[in-house]
Amino acid sequence: MSKIKAAIIGSGNIGTDLMYKLERSEVIELTTIIGIDPESDGLKRAKDRGYHVLVNGIQGLVENPDLADIVFDATSAKTHVRHAKILKELGKLAIDLTPAARGPFVSPAVNLGANLDAANINMITCGGQATIPIVHAVNRVADVSYAEIVATISSKSAGPGTRANIDEFTITTRRGIEEVGGADQGKAIIILNPADPPILMRDTVYCEVKNMDKEAIRRSIFDMVETVQQYVPGYRLKQEPLFDENRVTAFIEVEGAGDYFPKYAGNLDIMTAAATRVAEDFAREILKQNAVVIATSEE
Amino acid sequence: MNRKSDKPIKITEVCLRDGSHVMGHQYTEEQVRKVTRVLDDAGMHYIEVSHGDGLGGSTIQYGRSLVDEMKLIEAAVEECKQAKVAVLLLPGIGTVHDLKQARELGAGLVRVATHVTEADVSAQHISKAREMGMETLGFLMMSHMAPVEKLVEQAKLMESYGAQAVYVTDSAGALLPDQVRERVSALRNSLDIEIGFHGHNNLSVAVANTLVAIEEGASRIDGSIRCLGAGAGNTQTEVLLAVLARMGIDVGIDLYKMMDAAENIIGPLLPRPQEINKGSLVLGFAGVYSSFLLHTERASKRFGIDPRDILIELGKRNVVGGQEDMILDVAAELARVQKMGV
Repeated sequence: MSKIKAAIIGSGNIGTDLMYKLERSEVIELTTIIGIDPESDGLKRAKDRGYHVLVNGIQGLVENPDLADIVFDATSAKTHVRHAKILKELGKLAIDLTPAARGPFVSPAVNLGANLDAANINMITCGGQATIPIVHAVNRVADVSYAEIVATISSKSAGPGTRANIDEFTITTRRGIEEVGGADQGKAIIILNPADPPILMRDTVYCEVKNMDKEAIRRSIFDMVETVQQYVPGYRLKQEPLFDENRVTAFIEVEGAGDYFPKYAGNLDIMTAAATRVAEDFAREILKQNAVVIATSEE
Repeated sequence: MNRKSDKPIKITEVCLRDGSHVMGHQYTEEQVRKVTRVLDDAGMHYIEVSHGDGLGGSTIQYGRSLVDEMKLIEAAVEECKQAKVAVLLLPGIGTVHDLKQARELGAGLVRVATHVTEADVSAQHISKAREMGMETLGFLMMSHMAPVEKLVEQAKLMESYGAQAVYVTDSAGALLPDQVRERVSALRNSLDIEIGFHGHNNLSVAVANTLVAIEEGASRIDGSIRCLGAGAGNTQTEVLLAVLARMGIDVGIDLYKMMDAAENIIGPLLPRPQEINKGSLVLGFAGVYSSFLLHTERASKRFGIDPRDILIELGKRNVVGGQEDMILDVAAELARVQKMGV
């Protein structure tokens, strides 16, 4: 099967973990890792594994535009704003793992299909990726008036970017709960827990619904967990959902795949796994279109 | 007392914030006005008003407020003739937007609170608060959970972001007097800014701890009148004032007016006496966040588990402030294990 070429900008934790995930893809051919620090652990690993390594940032891609059709941005929100423009001019599909929110918010389990024509996809936040599918699962059968999520992550897995911009996390996640999850109103809380050994990412999702139907909600949640497990195998319900009057509470735990990050960092893993899933669906779409073009031209 | 600081002692009354936990976050505007009025009249320096978990805390996770906290803040500001209204902000729960709104309504001081090891999430909020012209203090919660060196390191971070004081915050009421002495003294030797102490009375040593803190140089002190704060309450404000008076320390607050307020205004507000019951005692004993108490009692009834077992298990799992969702989770798990007869 032919593959679609991809590059990653950013050789930090997220970019490097993504590299390992894309290696396993059947439809993506990762060609290039772009960074700015040749001494970074990420770029060293990329070099060892035989990828093109560019150390002059996005300029490297401008000079070699054929290296990729899909470009993952794992830099920072501020940097992505600049990158988004350049990638658009180059005609590349941008998958944005920063909170820049230039393109539509996407959770692969919820609304990927509706956005396969976008040129820039935003991956929301780790808390959003872990909880929005559940909000959506409840909303599709019971109409959610209010959803609240509490994401607890290990201190060790919260990088300096997250820590410096914690308001962006809560605000962006809230927007995702409303715009993608479908809640009339959302609220997001993030908590860092320093316990050692580090805890797995855990998320609590509270939904208040207009049409309570316990069995339908329960089934919808279980179906959704299976859907997410297709791209995040360590995603699971910690226990049966709890019901009180018009409220349902679901407890989620996310164990990472242990690629670049240790397994406890499910919050980072779910971002790279979701981004990989988005890219693969786009790649399949492009391959399908290419096949149509070839078939047409052969007629 | 031989104080190791020459800064005047400033008291912050927290019953309208920490006490919000006890009230199930059901304060009415009229109650807030009445309480603020008597505290202000007694000469209280700062009166903290917010949801118990700080701005933006009105949630399913922590309990919804009956009245929007911004309305309560506005009401308190209107009632104050001399006191300054303070607010609490926990990054991750509330945002700079919430703080801005409180500032516009007249809040003059903010305590930006993080878990004792996570001070770096407060940089954004502390610097914005300073830009808005607020008195800005750092609050290192669950101070008992980190070694002294770590506490000092984190306090220095808050100082570097612009905090004008850093509090040793004994959220679980777990610290003993010697531990308070060690912590406040270490901060005094490492910081140029003021030091504060916020206690809880779960082990009945809140006043003793506060005295030690003051002796070691703390000058920002929290109390709750009639112990109207989470768990068994905080350092009881009017008791502390009486003790300080006996020691010859006058902080400029009228003791008799505070006693009257405690007796006539606060007493009738209490849903139950703020005594140390087995639940609040275990908070201090196991080192668990004080606002977990009422949530734990509810979960205990729902799942038929002894609240002490839930709290001890939460302590074992190193649960931090804000993780109220763990209470239901742990209670449900304990119930399942008991059912299986393991």
